[in-house]
Amino acid sequence: MLDKVIFYFFAGIAVGGAVLTVTRRNAVHSAIFLITSLLATAGIFLQLRAEFLFIVQIILYVGGIMVLFVFVIMLVNLDVAVRQIQFARQKWVALVIALALAAQVGLMLWSSAKMPGQGLPVLTAAPANQLPLNSEEVAKSLFDSYLLPFEIASVLLLVAMIGAVVMAKKRT
Amino acid sequence: MQPASQATLEFLKLYWAPLLCGLAVVAVLPLIAGYVVLVERKIMADMQARLGPMRVGPHGLLQPIADAVKLLIKEDVIPDSADKLVFWLAPVLSVGAALLSLAGLAIGPAFQIAQDINIGILFVVGISAMGIFGIVLGGWASNSHYSLMGALRSSAQLVSYETAAGMALVSGLLFAGTLNIKSIVEAQREQGMWFVILAPVAFFTYLVASIAETNRAPFDLPEAESELVAGYMTEFSGFRWSLYFLAEYTNMIVVASVATTLFLGGWLRPFASVRWLDFLDFVPPLLMIAVGAYCVLRVPKQPSRMQQWFMLAVAGLCIALALVLAMPVIAPVLKASLREAAKPFFAGIHGGFWFLLKVSAYIYLFMWLRFTLPRYRFDQLMRLGWHFLIPLSIINVLLVGVAMIAGAYFHLHGWWLLLATTPAALVALVAALLILAAEKQSETRPDRAVPSDFYAG
Repeated sequence: MLDKVIFYFFAGIAVGGAVLTVTRRNAVHSAIFLITSLLATAGIFLQLRAEFLFIVQIILYVGGIMVLFVFVIMLVNLDVAVRQIQFARQKWVALVIALALAAQVGLMLWSSAKMPGQGLPVLTAAPANQLPLNSEEVAKSLFDSYLLPFEIASVLLLVAMIGAVVMAKKRT
Repeated sequence: MQPASQATLEFLKLYWAPLLCGLAVVAVLPLIAGYVVLVERKIMADMQARLGPMRVGPHGLLQPIADAVKLLIKEDVIPDSADKLVFWLAPVLSVGAALLSLAGLAIGPAFQIAQDINIGILFVVGISAMGIFGIVLGGWASNSHYSLMGALRSSAQLVSYETAAGMALVSGLLFAGTLNIKSIVEAQREQGMWFVILAPVAFFTYLVASIAETNRAPFDLPEAESELVAGYMTEFSGFRWSLYFLAEYTNMIVVASVATTLFLGGWLRPFASVRWLDFLDFVPPLLMIAVGAYCVLRVPKQPSRMQQWFMLAVAGLCIALALVLAMPVIAPVLKASLREAAKPFFAGIHGGFWFLLKVSAYIYLFMWLRFTLPRYRFDQLMRLGWHFLIPLSIINVLLVGVAMIAGAYFHLHGWWLLLATTPAALVALVAALLILAAEKQSETRPDRAVPSDFYAG
């Protein structure tokens, strides 16, 4: 019961924050609601006992990326953007894609309810005190099972970083 | 209604103790922050050969309460063109993040609000980093140039120095091998020494970065009065301003606690595993008795009757504290059966004493630096962060890693591990000197066109 209350609390905040993010006219307000939404997602991670994911979400997305977002919003003059039409004119395409996605998710849920074992995997809940420690598990899978993809990803990030520095240094 | 109330009951049954502790923290911390401010003013006065606040209460001891009342009953001013909602939200965010991060800290083996979280130190660092939004949004919502400049400066500063602080923490955590705060302290007990001895360079980096992160002098650029009035706080007054102030001082306590936990042995007394130094356990009560005795000695010197009584009351408080602190040491001597019963109690009380002592020492160091060093210029600050601290901390992580592998290879334990870590620290020091030399060279190069930094003031 308590789990359900907490889940719907965070899920409601996340969805509401996401909706407000795209409907606010003021860019800073949008950013604040995006932060709210990200924090609520972090709350759901925490409820799933993925505490490492929870804090990484907060440190990286909220404390890192969103700070840079807000920084850029405040530096750039957004008065022009406010007077423009808020939504692009692709709403019919967007609607079709959204409906297709919703149908997919609905089918998934329906099939897993009708035919157990066919749709979403149904896992039994493990007692909290018997779960392996989250940060250790993440480290093991990153540096043990998936070492090569991890290294490739880090090399890619390094390339991106060097590229950004080179572009920033170029004098016109 | 039934399931909802049931859920509430379930929630309360699980979390009543942390909730109570959280309430206590929220209630008591403003008072502590107020007295930290008083101590700071007194130290400043001492260093500048003045007396400091003396009017309210004996030696100005009631000054924080007077200040708090003044701030609370001040008129609440919101600028006309401000974004009202964000203006309201910003100080709350700052304080909320600072207070929430306190939940993860352990003052003693038994005093921790969020018990034993696996990600301990990451939780504290990550949540306290969210306070930056309070600064940025507050500066933006005021709709004033000074505020906006102050907010931009401070967010740039915080983002830069967080990297260096994080890397410094990584070097310390490599020795601990865990993120859990209790296990970090226990690892230092097993190691037989504090990690500051194993990773001095990391401690230094964290010290500098933590001063910059709490926006304190010599890095208090966001609040450079001569340039930006009061930075992001310019338009804030009264209670909202005091919330920012509370957040700043809480953040000081948080970074001091993180440094204490990771580098200074948390609640362990100095040399916790050396048996023949056990007499150090008598230090806490003896220190309290000494302070109380000094207060009694000073009573005749007080100018008025009221102040004499007050001084006596302070002395009495010290003696009472001494009695509480003495209990774990005295009880086993009186009765052998009490020894086992007193053990957890003992660790808790004395752990709290040592922890708070170290945190106070760290904060004293902050104040000392504040009154000693002149303020940096913004571009100097940025250069120090990006060109010196971040490279140094990254090099240090690498060297600490190498030292740990070498230590494991040669089976070095305890104090022998210093054989591996000291050379690593020396190499890091050489690297730091090289970086500084290169910096100086690039600074003096004549053909270097310095681009104007438009948020530098």
